[in-house]
Amino acid sequence: MSHYETVIGLEIHVELKTNSKIFCSSSTEFGGEPNTHVCPVCLGLPGVLPVFNKKVLEYAIRVGVAINCKIAEFSKFDRKNYYYPDLPKNYQISQFDLPIAEHGYLDIELDNKVKRIGITRVHMEEDAGKLVHQGNITISNYSLVDYNRTGVPLVEIVSEPDLRSPEEARAYLEKMKAIIQYTGVSDCKMEEGSLRCDANISVRPKGSLVLGTKAEIKNMNSFKALQRALEYEVQRQIETLEDGGKIVQETRTWDDGKGITLSMRSKEQAHDYRYFPDPDLVPMIIDPKWVDEIRAALPELPDQRKSRYEKDYGLSEYDAEVVTSSKYLADYFEDCLTLGYSNAKIVSNWLTGELLRLLNSKGLEINQCLIKPGQLVEMLNMIDKGIISGKMAKMVFEEMFESGSDPEVIVKEKGLIQISDEGSISAVVDQVLEDNPKVVEDFRSGKDNALGFLVGQIMRATKGKANPAMVNKMLRDKLG
Amino acid sequence: MLVITIADVEYVALLSRLELTEDEKIKYTEQLNAMLEYAGMLEELNTDNIQPTAHVLSLKNVFREDQATGHLSQEKALQNAPDADGSFFKVPKIV
Repeated sequence: MSHYETVIGLEIHVELKTNSKIFCSSSTEFGGEPNTHVCPVCLGLPGVLPVFNKKVLEYAIRVGVAINCKIAEFSKFDRKNYYYPDLPKNYQISQFDLPIAEHGYLDIELDNKVKRIGITRVHMEEDAGKLVHQGNITISNYSLVDYNRTGVPLVEIVSEPDLRSPEEARAYLEKMKAIIQYTGVSDCKMEEGSLRCDANISVRPKGSLVLGTKAEIKNMNSFKALQRALEYEVQRQIETLEDGGKIVQETRTWDDGKGITLSMRSKEQAHDYRYFPDPDLVPMIIDPKWVDEIRAALPELPDQRKSRYEKDYGLSEYDAEVVTSSKYLADYFEDCLTLGYSNAKIVSNWLTGELLRLLNSKGLEINQCLIKPGQLVEMLNMIDKGIISGKMAKMVFEEMFESGSDPEVIVKEKGLIQISDEGSISAVVDQVLEDNPKVVEDFRSGKDNALGFLVGQIMRATKGKANPAMVNKMLRDKLG
Repeated sequence: MLVITIADVEYVALLSRLELTEDEKIKYTEQLNAMLEYAGMLEELNTDNIQPTAHVLSLKNVFREDQATGHLSQEKALQNAPDADGSFFKVPKIV
């Protein structure tokens, strides 16, 4: 047992899904040609003035109330000064001492235990541009900049240092992603960078009340990367201390390929951002009535949906948790039920089993899935009607997942129709009984497992297409 | 009152990526101190019951609606760039 305790706090950046940027009317659309979603304001040309997008404020308040924060009555923007070419103005418009929301929390669940994680603050800011390094970065003597992302609205959510393990950090990020997806203010795609996460992490001897020196870890682009990077960092810090060394306060970057964190020393001067109120933007006075309206209009959040699924559909706590962990998955689940398939448990089994297995193996999200809820329902109906067996259904499902074809088409193409016709099955059963007199004898003398062998022979003779329930029943009748 | 030293000027110059000669450092230290001294007059006032100023105007809540309108063309966006490469701004290497 380690006698160290890990202390982690996360800073999560979320891009808000508005039509236009935070301080100008340029589009926020992802993936445009470089430097085409830009205007004089977000390019930082002289003489321009930022004008604040009201939707950003509404969304930031929505995030704040969804994670139980107190919403400020008075808030303002500040300039964070630093020189970096992804920032054409040489300052980022952000919030310093009067953020939009503070003092919130969210609950995570690990090993059936609920833990409350404090949220320090939520503030609004503009995203920076993207640096593109072409060719060999060590040989090339220049960098390229695309300002399309500059000015896309962000909220930054800062947690208290309440997380005590990489697993807790991951659970917190997953929960935060789910909540924000449910509120509808962001699609939270880590692979496109609309959800990003940095971690502050330190270790200290168990029982100590003083925090150890922390390192800031960047460049973790997936839940798995977050957990792996933090596990590595815990190990590194403990080993450094055990060897009599000292932890240096620094920023480190996660190298996913090598599985290590590396120091980013000397990139920047001491973090001295010389914040001051932005004179181009006037303060916000937030009407508590508006906040109440936003709170009242908040959609159902993951925890609420989870308990509803347990209560109304009889899902186990675990299944309800998995189904509601993504808004898209929960919506998919409900779509299947709305389309008339009433056995929620079966739908949930297919989603949490086969579907998630296939999605994970391809690294896809549920909203990229080719199988439409209606097609899944159709396939489930085919199982219920005895047209295909459960085993065939798995093949059909994989094929649907690959091609998006209707189950009926796949079943026809692959000749997967289950044999449920008594005459055909009966003929095969008779043949198998005739060919295996010894086994029949064994069964009659009380060896029940002899039946399994006979079933196997029948399935083999029919290439797995015989309806297993009918085969079993018929065998027992005939041997009776 | 706060006094600006040459070390302060060197630090701010470093943060601002400015290269200053020794003569300039002395000159700016004097000038910055003169400015601070002038602003120091405000210390004569009693501000115990005054809220910190967030903005010099009494305006508040100036918003725009969330509508995306036209952009600059890529050509225009890059027109004044000190250097460009195809569709990108080109800058000295950043690691």
